[in-house]
Amino acid sequence: MGSVLSQLGLECGRKEVKEEERHLRANDREFNLSYEYADNAIKTSKYNIFTFLPLNLFEQFQRLANAYFLFLLCLQLIPEISSLSWFTTVVPLVLVLSMTMAKDGSDDINRHRCDRQVNNRKVEVLIDGELRSEKWMDVQVGDIIKLENNQFVTADLLLLSSSEPLNLVYIETAELDGETNLKVKQALTVTGELEDGIEKLANFNGEVRCEPPNNRLDKFTGTLTLKGEMYSLDNERVLLRGCTLRNTQWCFGLVVFGGPDTKLMQNCGKTTLKRTSIDRLMNVLVLSIFGFLAIMCLILAVGNGIWEYQEGSKFAAFLPKQEGVNAPFSAFLTFWSYVIILNTVVPISLYVSVEIIRLGNSFYIDWDRKMYYPKSDTPAEARTTTLNEELGQIKYIFSDKTGTLTQNIMTFNKCSINGKSYGEKTEKVDFSWNNLADPKFCFHDHSLVEVVREGNPEVQAFFRLLALCHTVMPEEKKEGELYYQAQSPDEGALVTAARNFGFVFRSRTPESITVVEMGELVTYELLAVLDFNNVRKRMSVIVRSPEGKLTLYCKGADTIIFERLNPSCSKLKEVTTEHLNEYAGDGLRTLALAYKDIDPEYMEEWKLRHHEASTAMDEREEKLDALYEEIEKGLLLLGSTAVEDKLQDGVPQTIEQLSKADIKIWVLTGDKQGGLSSLEYTINRLQLFSLAHLDSLFSLSEQKRQRTLATPKDMEMELLRTACMCQTVICCRVTPLQKAQVVELVKKYKQAITLAIGDGANDVSMIKAAHIGVGISGQEGMQAVLSSDFSFAQFRYLQRLLLVHGRWSYLRMCKFLRYFFYKNFTFTFVHFWYGFFCGFSAQTVYDEWFITLYNLVYTALPVLALSLFDQDVNDRWSFQYPKLYAPGQLNQYFSKRAFVYTVLHSGYSSLVLFFIPWAAMYDTVRDDGKDIVDYQSFALLAQTCLLIAVSIQLGLDTHYWTSVNQFFLWGSLCVYFAVIFTMYSNGMFLIFTSSFPFIGTARNSLNQPNVWLTMLLTSILCVLPVVAYRFLRILLWPTINDKVRCRGQDKVLPPVPRRVQARRVSTRRSGYAFSHAQGYGDLVTSGRFLRWTPKSRLALFSQTDSPLAQTQPQFYRTINEGGEPPLSP
Amino acid sequence: MGKVKANAGPLARRPDNSAFKQQRLPAWSPMLTAQTVLPFFYGMATVCVLLGVWLLVTVQNTHELKVDYTHAGSCDKCFEKRKDRANANQSCNCTVVFNIENTFKGDVFFYYGLINFHQNLRQYMDSRDDGQMIGRNKNLKNPSSYCEPFMKDKNGLPIAPCGAVANSMFNDSFTLVYHSAASRQVVPLFRKGITWYTDKNVKFRNPQVENKTLTLAQVFEGTGQPLYWQKPVYDLDPWDRNNNGFINEDLIVWMREAAFPNFKKLYGVLNRAIEPFTEGLPAGNYSVDISYNFPVEYFQGRKEVVLSTVSWFGGQNNFLPIAYLVTGCLILLLAVILTAVWWKFAL
Repeated sequence: MGSVLSQLGLECGRKEVKEEERHLRANDREFNLSYEYADNAIKTSKYNIFTFLPLNLFEQFQRLANAYFLFLLCLQLIPEISSLSWFTTVVPLVLVLSMTMAKDGSDDINRHRCDRQVNNRKVEVLIDGELRSEKWMDVQVGDIIKLENNQFVTADLLLLSSSEPLNLVYIETAELDGETNLKVKQALTVTGELEDGIEKLANFNGEVRCEPPNNRLDKFTGTLTLKGEMYSLDNERVLLRGCTLRNTQWCFGLVVFGGPDTKLMQNCGKTTLKRTSIDRLMNVLVLSIFGFLAIMCLILAVGNGIWEYQEGSKFAAFLPKQEGVNAPFSAFLTFWSYVIILNTVVPISLYVSVEIIRLGNSFYIDWDRKMYYPKSDTPAEARTTTLNEELGQIKYIFSDKTGTLTQNIMTFNKCSINGKSYGEKTEKVDFSWNNLADPKFCFHDHSLVEVVREGNPEVQAFFRLLALCHTVMPEEKKEGELYYQAQSPDEGALVTAARNFGFVFRSRTPESITVVEMGELVTYELLAVLDFNNVRKRMSVIVRSPEGKLTLYCKGADTIIFERLNPSCSKLKEVTTEHLNEYAGDGLRTLALAYKDIDPEYMEEWKLRHHEASTAMDEREEKLDALYEEIEKGLLLLGSTAVEDKLQDGVPQTIEQLSKADIKIWVLTGDKQGGLSSLEYTINRLQLFSLAHLDSLFSLSEQKRQRTLATPKDMEMELLRTACMCQTVICCRVTPLQKAQVVELVKKYKQAITLAIGDGANDVSMIKAAHIGVGISGQEGMQAVLSSDFSFAQFRYLQRLLLVHGRWSYLRMCKFLRYFFYKNFTFTFVHFWYGFFCGFSAQTVYDEWFITLYNLVYTALPVLALSLFDQDVNDRWSFQYPKLYAPGQLNQYFSKRAFVYTVLHSGYSSLVLFFIPWAAMYDTVRDDGKDIVDYQSFALLAQTCLLIAVSIQLGLDTHYWTSVNQFFLWGSLCVYFAVIFTMYSNGMFLIFTSSFPFIGTARNSLNQPNVWLTMLLTSILCVLPVVAYRFLRILLWPTINDKVRCRGQDKVLPPVPRRVQARRVSTRRSGYAFSHAQGYGDLVTSGRFLRWTPKSRLALFSQTDSPLAQTQPQFYRTINEGGEPPLSP
Repeated sequence: MGKVKANAGPLARRPDNSAFKQQRLPAWSPMLTAQTVLPFFYGMATVCVLLGVWLLVTVQNTHELKVDYTHAGSCDKCFEKRKDRANANQSCNCTVVFNIENTFKGDVFFYYGLINFHQNLRQYMDSRDDGQMIGRNKNLKNPSSYCEPFMKDKNGLPIAPCGAVANSMFNDSFTLVYHSAASRQVVPLFRKGITWYTDKNVKFRNPQVENKTLTLAQVFEGTGQPLYWQKPVYDLDPWDRNNNGFINEDLIVWMREAAFPNFKKLYGVLNRAIEPFTEGLPAGNYSVDISYNFPVEYFQGRKEVVLSTVSWFGGQNNFLPIAYLVTGCLILLLAVILTAVWWKFAL
């Protein structure tokens, strides 16, 4: 949009110089206006009433096809060249243009309406010391505005103050990033003091310097200068336009970016267009068709030159030449005339039809009940409607593991405490002694309960740690009914486990955590939260118990924790390591737990330094990290936990099916090697393929990991060669960026179609890199879905997407293209042959109206029906024989080779369709002796023969005759006859004499038996060889499709076994990983996050009515803000 | 996501269970099996052969005689004369003699044929004005520019009918004479009823004038005759005043341009009311007296006279019967091959 606008100079108000820093002063419009910042009016519409026509046409003619037809139209306006009336090109062109224009227009009207509605929303703005209700579009940068609960954020605001304690506000960012969970923002204390004092706010004159407008949603840097003091500003102080204020009575904000400068608007309209391989092939073909067209025209032009030279000059008595036209010049003109006539080899309707077909096939995906997941009420969604046929050509699938192959629902399964492992399968434990227990929680080892109730100190410390060291937020709707809101499901599972074993995390305030320990209420003072991040891979809390003891509790990845243990634990470490290996071997996700008592004096001193570091202006992160590193040392090991992440339903079957379809599956996961055994187990159980589990591979990925970007070429090749020898590859410890790199690698060297499937933000880069990205809408927010091309709720739907929808889409698209090229080449070649009989004068064989309507009316709908309804075999057979998928991977249905065959086929057909009528009519007369070899009768005969022949050919290509196919095919033929009788009628001639000169031709020709006999003969000669060829092919070289179809004819559908298999309850089924996400530890530590305000608490976490909540032990809503580092490929 | 829930409830977004949306529309899936293909081939072969035989018999019962008179007989001198454009206004008559061995039974049609005359050139075909020929007064005086350079004569008068097609109208005339043993008898020909009904009654009309008393010559006043014509359009048929102007049937026949460079056009139909032609053309000697006007030497063309009878299937055209026979045989051969292959590989 921007480019077009700037081309037309519509953005003239904007600075030419790129803004480098934004500088604004609150409540000082004059000062701010001097910078000419954009105001808050937005304009997403492209056109206004005057620019619509020229702009839209300009845009449309930038498309090659449209420009080509415009060029043809120009040619037709030259009388010497014009071989066809203007309407033959104008009618289709105008139709296509106006359809697109209508769509663009209505879109734009909607955008206008939206813009108007948004721009006219009211918001309270502080002007001249009082709050006035102003329209959004009148808000200026530097204004202070007041937002109320459930209002949309007007512009990008610097949060000044809010009604809530600690100047917090809660926002929902669904419009920005699709995530529906609430996020917290907090104002600076210094501005928070303004509260809602209008006078104070009106006198507020802070100056903000910040970054120029950009599209990064997760970053903001700037400073606020107030009364000579500088305060640093970051993303946490900023409310972005597009968010909604929730659970906050009011807040005040200072407008920093308005309208087009807001991050929301800056993020708009930048979509990278993915193209399918068929698209690319089509472009190549279209170009070669142009070449072919030029050759045909050249031959005819040379023919014309020769004819003019030999005969035309003598014929000049009857048809005088125009001044200055000699043979070569005539040949030149003829060349262009034939360009016009033969343009039907690349009809404009091709592109339109392709779009319609893709759209239709996308709708089928949206509508498919078998890809609808009732538990989360999620239907499959084709978010990109232009990639369908590529779904039928996938060769490599790159899959994330957690959340994609697994459910990402964690259950606390085993634990090792002080060198003793618990959790072996015995009877289900009864937790009724604990009235705060979560009834959905299951555990199978009685001994652990007994140990806890006996008061074993290590075991109690173990669960105390689980109850204290986390960033989970509790919600107590009714007395005793606790709900936990966790950043990651792992964490929730651990806290829930502690809860059931008698260490109930009850509530938290910024300074304290209240736990019910074996029925006894204990409140710990929370001194610091050392939050998790991807580098640290651990999290710690420092608490002071009621007795005044200072303790640091730490949990994290085993390797990380083991590095920081007190040497005295070495024995315990060994035992625990054994247990950990055992758990990992069972495919469980493990964490190691440790604690340390802290000297109060040291703590005081550390706290001071911590405060210093956390307010540092630069290198804040590094300083904090160093501090954390310092205190998390000499830990005492407590034990380890093992959490199970169950595989999703049907994953093994799906993988089995897909690998039977010869699709290679690569699992790219951030987990470490040892923990993947359950997946391996799954795969090995199928005993179908070798598994890439090569050390070299891992070392390579390790190396890659260290070098991040610069991987040497030969190493890439080595990796690829090794990996490609295997059917399934598992890459461990892959960062998001590497995921994308692996995909790029395969794309680059294998020239295969790739599909990436994932559910989390860390899969986004991979999803964008692959030819097709599939998002699983599951537990980890919507980011993967938002950047994907297709989305659904369960991994197992992938097989239906590929084996059924993909295969059909590919089949249909290929059939469509083959048939479409066939019908148009046949149509055009007949003209070519006629050139040899009409002195190469660019006379058409058909009526001009037939040329106009052939693609548009007579043959449009039947071929559309073919490409929307055709199925070679139905979906159950597609599942039964996954091998049916192979032709798509090999590009068998439509390739250059297939195209050449098509051209040859249409060459043959055109010979039949021209020379049979020619020979039949050459010297004949009507049954009453009158003329029938006249041009008009011959044109009618030739076009009718053509239409019947291509219709029968369509019938041969159709494998699945629904009533719609029948209706369209017969309907089109009927329409054809209706139209010719109408157009060749007296009335049409008398009204539009020059446009319909074919008066009476239909009546006088179509009552002649020899005309019909000619049509019959051409049809037989066109069709029977094809039937014979196909019959022989099925007989001698049957493809898998033919075999399956044959079997399908016998109507013996095989039993549908699979899919009802009982789920194995073995512990060996799950994946392992260390999964955690960066949370609000920072907020919690600095005592800013939560103060017990029941009203807002209740509202904040009230959304537990999702069906998921009823199906799992505990419902954890992910509070996931930038959990993974942002990616830049 | 962004979609608004249409109706609340746990399964609000569940797709409809319609056969269309689930791609389960009832359908017929035919297959190319031996049970369908082979009988079909044998059937088609039989149909084609039978049709071929039937058509062949039909065509054999028609008669056709072609006489090329470009140089033949006494026409040679006329051919020479027409070479020189200066002699265009001099008339030239010649006679061609031929013999009919078997009686032409039934209706006999008299055609003239032209070889290598391209009536299908694009510029040539465009060079006409249907609006003028349908009798629109506006177009009569202001012919379409497509008629250039035959739009206005050298006096600046609009030409009626304008354009290259009309201008090049075939203007030989023929008199067919039957030489019986006793006498020399002119064969009577209907010179009307040789056009399509729609052409005669819809597509071509004389200009409409309010004053019905005006003669055709007066109606066409202010227009010039086509450059190559010897007579004005209102005087084409001196014997039948109703066959003049745009509705002159020779003109109409000529204006229906042929699709190919070799063509024949209907000139007349035998009037079978008069003895001895009630049964058709009796065998015997005939001659054609030709008023030799149309020059063909410019384009290396030839002219011929064709006498023909017709069947329900049209004139004597052997192509379709033979094509059907050949096609039938080929299909039979193919069917046998397919059967053999099927026998060998599938059974």
